[in-house]
Amino acid sequence: MNQKTFFAFIGPSVLMMVLFIALPLATVLKQSFYQTQSVYETLEVETCSPTFTGQVCVKEIKTIPIIGNNGKVITQTNYVGLSNYQNVLEFPRVIAAFANNSWHEFMLIDFWKALRFTLTFTLITLPLVLFFGLLIALCINNVAKSIRGPVIFVSLLPMIITPVIGALAIRWLFIGDGILTSFLEWWLVKDISMFAQAWTIEFMMTFYRVWHVAPFAAIVFYAGLQTVNKDTIESAIIDGASRWQKLRYVIIPHLMPLIIFVTLIHLMDAYRVFEEVVGFSSQAHVISLQWLTYDFLTADLMGNRSIGRASASSMLTMIGITLLLIPVLRGVWNDYKGKRL
Amino acid sequence: MKDINLIKQPLTLRFSSYFFLIFWCIVAAFPIFWISVISVKLPLDAFNSNALNVIFGPGTLSQGKGLSFIDISVGLAVILFTAKLTTGWLGRKVNQYSPKGYVGVGWIIGSMTFGISFIVVFFAIMPSILSVLNEYTGLLGNNIIGFSTEHYSTVWFERDFINNFKNSLLVTTGVVTISLTFGTLAGYGLARSGSNLAFWILIIALVFRALPHSVLVTGYLPFFINSAEILRPIFGDAAPTFYGMPWATVAVLVAINQPFTIWMLRSFFQSIPAELDEAARVDGCSHFQAFRRVIMPVMWPGVITTGLFSFLLAYNDFLVTSMLLEAQNTTMVPAIASMFNMETTTTDQVVAVAAAVSIIAPLFFLVMFFQRQIVSGLTAGAVKG
Repeated sequence: MNQKTFFAFIGPSVLMMVLFIALPLATVLKQSFYQTQSVYETLEVETCSPTFTGQVCVKEIKTIPIIGNNGKVITQTNYVGLSNYQNVLEFPRVIAAFANNSWHEFMLIDFWKALRFTLTFTLITLPLVLFFGLLIALCINNVAKSIRGPVIFVSLLPMIITPVIGALAIRWLFIGDGILTSFLEWWLVKDISMFAQAWTIEFMMTFYRVWHVAPFAAIVFYAGLQTVNKDTIESAIIDGASRWQKLRYVIIPHLMPLIIFVTLIHLMDAYRVFEEVVGFSSQAHVISLQWLTYDFLTADLMGNRSIGRASASSMLTMIGITLLLIPVLRGVWNDYKGKRL
Repeated sequence: MKDINLIKQPLTLRFSSYFFLIFWCIVAAFPIFWISVISVKLPLDAFNSNALNVIFGPGTLSQGKGLSFIDISVGLAVILFTAKLTTGWLGRKVNQYSPKGYVGVGWIIGSMTFGISFIVVFFAIMPSILSVLNEYTGLLGNNIIGFSTEHYSTVWFERDFINNFKNSLLVTTGVVTISLTFGTLAGYGLARSGSNLAFWILIIALVFRALPHSVLVTGYLPFFINSAEILRPIFGDAAPTFYGMPWATVAVLVAINQPFTIWMLRSFFQSIPAELDEAARVDGCSHFQAFRRVIMPVMWPGVITTGLFSFLLAYNDFLVTSMLLEAQNTTMVPAIASMFNMETTTTDQVVAVAAAVSIIAPLFFLVMFFQRQIVSGLTAGAVKG
């Protein structure tokens, strides 16, 4: 295929990605250095109120936003350098927290709190997803062909369900006197409330995410298991390999590209954890990086949105995912170069 | 014969595999099963701490709302019959009646007609026949399980969920058609070109796929809110405000979806042998003609699968639609967030549950229709990787 036809085929899609992904990214980068504020004016206002002895007048200096001809508050956008980033990262508070040697105080700062949760969430769910995915796949591969179809059907349900609703479904099992909470209370003989402290909420979130993603890993691995070379397995058995050795030295190396693929996808998806925060209404205890940006973007009671701070936290979020993905992407790159040589 | 003996599993391993799979299926299905049970109970039963009370719903029964033995058996029979039809009969009919090269369109029309007729039969015709039957069958016609659809009617008619449903329909249709149109062309181009540029486009697309959606929304939001003023020099007073327009969110979702779409379609096109279009080229077709006449007829499985995943992304999205649409006029998923946040009474909670079940019901049927396509889609992306 020559260059010209190639461009004709990919042109529309690439143009769209430039226009709708790259351009907004550039805008975010620019916005993160600017801040939009309402323009205020200071007025001396004299308010008089009648009393028995005559009028009492009070002079006050008030700061009020200027309202333009179209009835909207006039705003202006200024270059503020890195101050949006400073507002998000809040270094003075970080230093103060470290000076006090207090992890608790550090965790009160929104950005660091969100970063801590996002990273632990991503890194804890990853091995769990891989483990349960592999376990389910091996079990499906082990049972009679006739029941594989129904099992895969049921397994697909948690995967394709709307994430917010999946999280809600788990939440409704536990909320108040939900059946699982009452079951736990009966079992442990003590009063439990799953939504009162951070760690129980995080546990439910982790459970939800593994429940949601393990089927994906399982189906990918199951497909990989179908292509394991029968001869290699046979010769391993003849050589006296135990079941565990077979798994460790034949099956897992065969599945390695798929394991990397699932890892890559899972890192991307788990890092943008967001729906869990909405579904479990956990913002008082646990927040994630995406939720932080979302919160900055949401209009407050005055209708103001902190676009500048949202852009700064977006940029920081993006730097985070890039750092997280570099090892995996380097592997892909080496693989590609290896294939071409 | 010997090798079969060698590969044969010991009984304990086999048994524990079955045991674990049963356990997993319960874990996988239980939360979904449970919210569907809750949604048809009155609040008194729905959040009862005794599981049996939730399932059988004595409170709901005492209000005279329930299902009899006959209702349940007829309902199950209809559902099983439908499932049977979807797995075999529907596919054969679609293949038989759709014109050559338009099997994909045939599938869409076929499954839509099928879905609509199921809804009509199940929710309109069946209940009226059953209510007559129940009166004449005595004991079998007595209610045994509490069942009430009142929360569903609250959601759909009083809370104006139909409007949200229309928005969802608009957004998903737009996203699926546009992503597929752009994606098939690009996917084909990338699959048939081994150049370095193609590789770099794919890597950049992969990086774009990793972008948290909130980053893109941050870029769009100020423009969407002020678009009327920004575009005034070009369009004059007719310049639209994009904020709150369902079709404007289509652009955002298509952009988010595009990297994934081209990756997936590329791997599908790679599985179509290149000899096929080379043969067409030898016969004097241009690249575009080869694409249209030779590739398009055989590409439908891949397109359907990719379309399914685009549909899921658009349908399940919360972040983009809740941020770029006004709270009164969103798609279904953000609408539910306002419902469960407001839950002041238990009735409101059950209404929110009913809304949740309404949202996931179409997804349930989607898995039933397209299980094979979903599985092949998950594995196609991975195995070629």
